[in-house]
Amino acid sequence: MAIDKTGIAKRIAQEVQDGFYVNLGIGIPTLVANYVRDDIEVEFQSENGVLGMGPFPFEGEEDADIINAGKQTITTMPGASFFDSSMSFAMIRGKHVDLTILGAMEVSENGDIANWKIPGKMVKGMGGAMDLVASAENIIVAMMHTNKYGDSKILKKCSLPLTGVGCVTKVVTNLAVLEVKDNQFHLLERAPGVSVEEIQKATEGILVVHGEIPEMNI
Amino acid sequence: MINKKVGTVQEALAGVKNEMTFMLGGFGLCGIPENAISELVKLNVREITCISNNAGVDDFGLGLLLQNRQIKKMISSYVGENDEFERQMLSGELEVELTPQGTLAEKCRAAQAGFPAFYTPAGYGTEVAEGKETREFDGKMYVLEPAFKADFAFVKAWKGDAAGNLVFKGTARNFNPNMCGAATITVAEVEEMVEVGVLDPNNVHIPGIFVQRIFQGKGYEKRIEQRTVRQRN
Repeated sequence: MAIDKTGIAKRIAQEVQDGFYVNLGIGIPTLVANYVRDDIEVEFQSENGVLGMGPFPFEGEEDADIINAGKQTITTMPGASFFDSSMSFAMIRGKHVDLTILGAMEVSENGDIANWKIPGKMVKGMGGAMDLVASAENIIVAMMHTNKYGDSKILKKCSLPLTGVGCVTKVVTNLAVLEVKDNQFHLLERAPGVSVEEIQKATEGILVVHGEIPEMNI
Repeated sequence: MINKKVGTVQEALAGVKNEMTFMLGGFGLCGIPENAISELVKLNVREITCISNNAGVDDFGLGLLLQNRQIKKMISSYVGENDEFERQMLSGELEVELTPQGTLAEKCRAAQAGFPAFYTPAGYGTEVAEGKETREFDGKMYVLEPAFKADFAFVKAWKGDAAGNLVFKGTARNFNPNMCGAATITVAEVEEMVEVGVLDPNNVHIPGIFVQRIFQGKGYEKRIEQRTVRQRN
């Protein structure tokens, strides 16, 4: 059975390692923070200017001056710091952030990502996504494998305007974990109960399947 | 001490005219220059270009200038949460230049720091890079982005003094420090004006040299866009 958004977040949380600085995008990626092992040290960066982001505040303790990039009220952890936007993107562009997790509308087999614009329909802007994907060396995409009509979003070539080229390293969907390498998707894991055939059918781009594919452990 | 303090928002915005380009600090509604925005609405300056990460919400922040049809062009990275903005953009009434957030910040900082342009990897291979000069450094491609040019920068700080020194609070810092000194005239509004000498020089975020006018702001609403909380156990 395909996993839900929480399942995707749980699986991605396993990619977060001790000592990592991590930037989480809006949507499913935000949920990842809830499932990171509590025996490791991780710091979350939010591009509006905070490193060491903590959980949401208790009711009555919200501070309009302390928010995340999703404009949600947050708290900070001991050891946190605030900084301006230019310095925030120095952290990002300068490859000081170890892992970037973001959502996507489409990804392609060469690692292109589209997530900021649907011409004529949705034009909200790219925010910090273009800076993040242009620089990060470790980019994990959280997304649904297909759209609501069942069409694949794991493509040969993106049809929507791109956010970045050749940058995605891993994709975690409701069906599978895929590695993007040598202009191909490599199937690493299946969602519990989902067959390789089902994943193949839902994938438009080249899918490489090597040997037995294990189920995700979430 | 060179005195930058002015008594009123009217004095602070003296010289503001139609068709000018303004930088406005803030991320969402966090750290926006509320007093300057209200005064721009009252002055009813028109055909203006605004450089700001977002466009406020329908009834607050830059949304107020949009409602009043004062803005000709917006330069932003993200403009969701504003229906009037979307309507004006889709109908062609409003010109919009979407810019990656880090590039937007750096185009401010470059203007502040005297760089005419800089190379960034952000947007390479996308429509943002169309028509722009690109160049390879160590096997990676970069896009040349020019510094912004603006007539006024309106910023909001937590504390400040008559020398123009500024201290910001929390994530209300965001684009504000990068815009100081990035326009011909920088106008800072502060929640709390302190006596000169009170701010510890070790902890000044923006030195007064980048600020031309500073005033005590009034009646801050500091609206929260997404109030998120957790339950006590």
